[in-house]
Amino acid sequence: MSTDTIVRLPDQSTARLPKVNFITKENGLLSWLLTGDHKRIATLYLISITFFFAIGGALAGLIRLELLTPQSDLMSTDTYNKVFSMHGIIMVFLFLVPSIPATLGNFLMPLMIGAKDLALPKINLLSWYLYIIAGGMILYSMMTGGVDTGWTFTVPLSTHYVNTNVITTGLAIFVAGFSSVFTGLNFIVTIHKMRAPGMTWFRLPLFVWSNYAASILMVLGTPVLAITLVLVVLERAFGIGVFDPAKGGDPILFQHLFWFYSHPAVYIMILPGMGVISEVISTFSRKRVFGYTAVAFSSVAIAVFAFFVWEHHMFIMGVSNYSTLVFSLLTMLVAVPSAIKIFNWSFTLYKGSITFETPMLYSFGFMGLFTIGGLTGVFLASTGTDIHLTETYFIVAHFHFVMVGGMLMAFLSGIHFWWPKWTGRMYPEKISQLAALITFIGFNLTFFPQFILGMLGMPRRYAAYPPEFQVLNVFSTAGATILGIGYLLPILYLTWSLKYGEIAGDNPWQATGLEWQIQSPPLTENFPEIPIVDYEAYDYEWLERKEKEVTRVG
Amino acid sequence: MSAHNDSHAMQPHGGTGHDHDPNEQDVHDTLNHVVSPVIYITVAAILLVLTGVTAAVSFVDLGVFNAVVALFIACFKASIVVLFFMHVKYSSKLTKLTLFSGLFLFCVLIALTLSDYTTRAWGRW
Amino acid sequence: MSDSTTALHGPHSDPPVVHGAHTAHEHPPYQRHHFASMEQQVDTTSFAMWLFLLTEIMFFGGLFCSYLIFRNWYYPAFVAASHQLSIKEGTANTAVLIVSSFTMAMGVWCAETRRKGALVLCLCLTFVLGLVFLGIKYDEYHEKYEKHHVPSWHYSTKSFTDPASDPEVHNAYPDDKPLPLDMARHTEVYFGLYFAMTGMHALHMIIGISILGFMIFRARAGAYTNGHVTFVNNFGLYWHFVDIVWIFLYPLLYLISRHA
Repeated sequence: MSTDTIVRLPDQSTARLPKVNFITKENGLLSWLLTGDHKRIATLYLISITFFFAIGGALAGLIRLELLTPQSDLMSTDTYNKVFSMHGIIMVFLFLVPSIPATLGNFLMPLMIGAKDLALPKINLLSWYLYIIAGGMILYSMMTGGVDTGWTFTVPLSTHYVNTNVITTGLAIFVAGFSSVFTGLNFIVTIHKMRAPGMTWFRLPLFVWSNYAASILMVLGTPVLAITLVLVVLERAFGIGVFDPAKGGDPILFQHLFWFYSHPAVYIMILPGMGVISEVISTFSRKRVFGYTAVAFSSVAIAVFAFFVWEHHMFIMGVSNYSTLVFSLLTMLVAVPSAIKIFNWSFTLYKGSITFETPMLYSFGFMGLFTIGGLTGVFLASTGTDIHLTETYFIVAHFHFVMVGGMLMAFLSGIHFWWPKWTGRMYPEKISQLAALITFIGFNLTFFPQFILGMLGMPRRYAAYPPEFQVLNVFSTAGATILGIGYLLPILYLTWSLKYGEIAGDNPWQATGLEWQIQSPPLTENFPEIPIVDYEAYDYEWLERKEKEVTRVG
Repeated sequence: MSAHNDSHAMQPHGGTGHDHDPNEQDVHDTLNHVVSPVIYITVAAILLVLTGVTAAVSFVDLGVFNAVVALFIACFKASIVVLFFMHVKYSSKLTKLTLFSGLFLFCVLIALTLSDYTTRAWGRW
Repeated sequence: MSDSTTALHGPHSDPPVVHGAHTAHEHPPYQRHHFASMEQQVDTTSFAMWLFLLTEIMFFGGLFCSYLIFRNWYYPAFVAASHQLSIKEGTANTAVLIVSSFTMAMGVWCAETRRKGALVLCLCLTFVLGLVFLGIKYDEYHEKYEKHHVPSWHYSTKSFTDPASDPEVHNAYPDDKPLPLDMARHTEVYFGLYFAMTGMHALHMIIGISILGFMIFRARAGAYTNGHVTFVNNFGLYWHFVDIVWIFLYPLLYLISRHA
């Protein structure tokens, strides 16, 4: 393992954080709560998302504790149903969907394209408030009994058979959906209309492309979830009959409408993560991303194809066999652009000058774990195998590999990579590398046994299981404990670094990209003067020439 | 010299030779070609007439074509509202592309959902 | 202020100017500071409005998709239930909305040509027409309530299993046969969709009318006739969209098959 590092920090004895930056510009709670500054809103989001992640994580801990033993002895099955449902709802809607777009995306988008702010700052703030309202409603729902239908609200269970807080939670997710729509809308408008002079589409960092693709999904897909939830609420409250077989309704219609959003939702979750990986891998191999155009177009291709595959969540639900053929084929196709990205990242690494700072460690973890998760997705795309694997722990393992092994690792990679830009301070390298390693080990120990459990037939969403599955479940819970430590450590040392971290300077990673050419933390207006871009993305030669010609002031 | 030629990108603030009269009305003309009221009146009249037509046609038995005709008239009405009242005829390619993508996705939702419903009764295989 | 930004330009760039000094205020007062020109602001907000309308297309799209499926499955029930709706009121409402779209479009023209009084008039007409639409809708809903055609609210299939018990509709459609009980029960799904779709539409109307009220107030103060047309323009887009939704709801709900 190389001890080289590309980190170049200013002389710590004389370095200071810039006196004027977006954090110090104005003081007082209201200046934060009524801000239009995208960087402050991103900070607000980061704090709130971490809070909800902790709650979702605690619920996961409860699940794994229960599954240590084959009997449902820690909690009743009804309670267990509520625990995994709330875990899913909080993790999907309050963590994964907004995570990178609302935090890193909000912070970086205008910086990367050379703009002073997002196109619609007030809408951005509204988006955060809607998120908080949704979070509050979900907390309220949890404290008054939660829901036990699973995060998928399957009807007629959710509309006719349970007496839990389906309506409150459904409406909370409706509000969260609008938060998501407004973020996506803001991004699309900003990227189209607010690029700096010379910043053509194909000079944009790939992070921007990925968020653009994810934003298209947010804007077009989320409203269908919204109407689905409205119909569930109407069915539950007023019995309109659309999902009630007794009145002639069709429960499968709910699933069509629900998955029409929820499948693109998983791409909303992963695409921004892929954007982070492009940036990190390029910086830590000191090489431009191989096949820029392919990666950019594959992001958009994923976004387009994402809308054509939703029925693969419904293969066993009673849909027509002929439609399963169509959707099975389409699902195989949607794996292709993702694979293209993995190939391109691998070729970026080839013959690059690779160093192993923490963001890079997380990115390596992403590439391996996302590949495994993605491949197992192909097994599930094939209808024949899906019949045996669906609704078992195989699915649980599959989506945790792509979401946690993929997306969450990308999120941590991005947070570490841009932490110096956001706060002006570096995080402590050794402990962060250790945390990355702990996370990787914990993750594999938690979720790999679940693939085997699924193959052996253990169903998902069950509190009790046959005793022969216990050993693998114990491994999984042990892994979850390690994983928990791995996630706790960054929260601790990143907070620590706010006061005691080394001063980072403008560009500790010597990265390309407009955000690294300005001070850390940035000014409120980002750029004292709007830059004019006349170089391609990831142009390390340009960076070298620039470093030679200018000495930085303060 | 810096590139000032990209009209949709931001200009460096405070550059020389950049006179912008805030009272200029033509700032909007590049975007909103002002549509004449004559067009609006014509479109409104057509819409009202077509409303009457579609109501009348529903009283005639055309079998399955009742639905086809009704939807066709509705689509035509919607199109003229979109093109003229909403100015899409005079709008940028981006606006047209945006609208098209929404309609396309709506069609995907309908078509692929129907691929399940229409084939359910095709019998076992 | 750091002058490290000179590195971003080529060697022949303009000297940096400190932004924020309002001595040379080159842009209109209603231009936001993160935009470089009014054209960009107008362009951007218009595009944003179109994207919002896209979300509305997909939102109503889910409802239309559900409608399509159940109309195919339960066509006789849909026909019979549709006869319960008043074609007079439905057609009247369609006409009302078309005229209101016209007055709204004229309002945009007035704003663009800086005719303040005419703008206020157009907005007021649009407002009133919107209220008329809601009034007619309320009347229709009330009638449904009285005839026990509101899903789950003492819903009654009597009008469909025994058409003679409903003389008003029976005289208009004497050839309607009584439906078998299971098909008659499916009329509840029709009314469920009817209330969901027209109710969602009415909610959008209410929001639109509220914003119109605000706009009339602002228009009287001259806020939209000084060159800053975007708010009126973008609201007009929203209003026309709501009209388009009704243009589709009308034939789908009211005109399923009115022939003998």
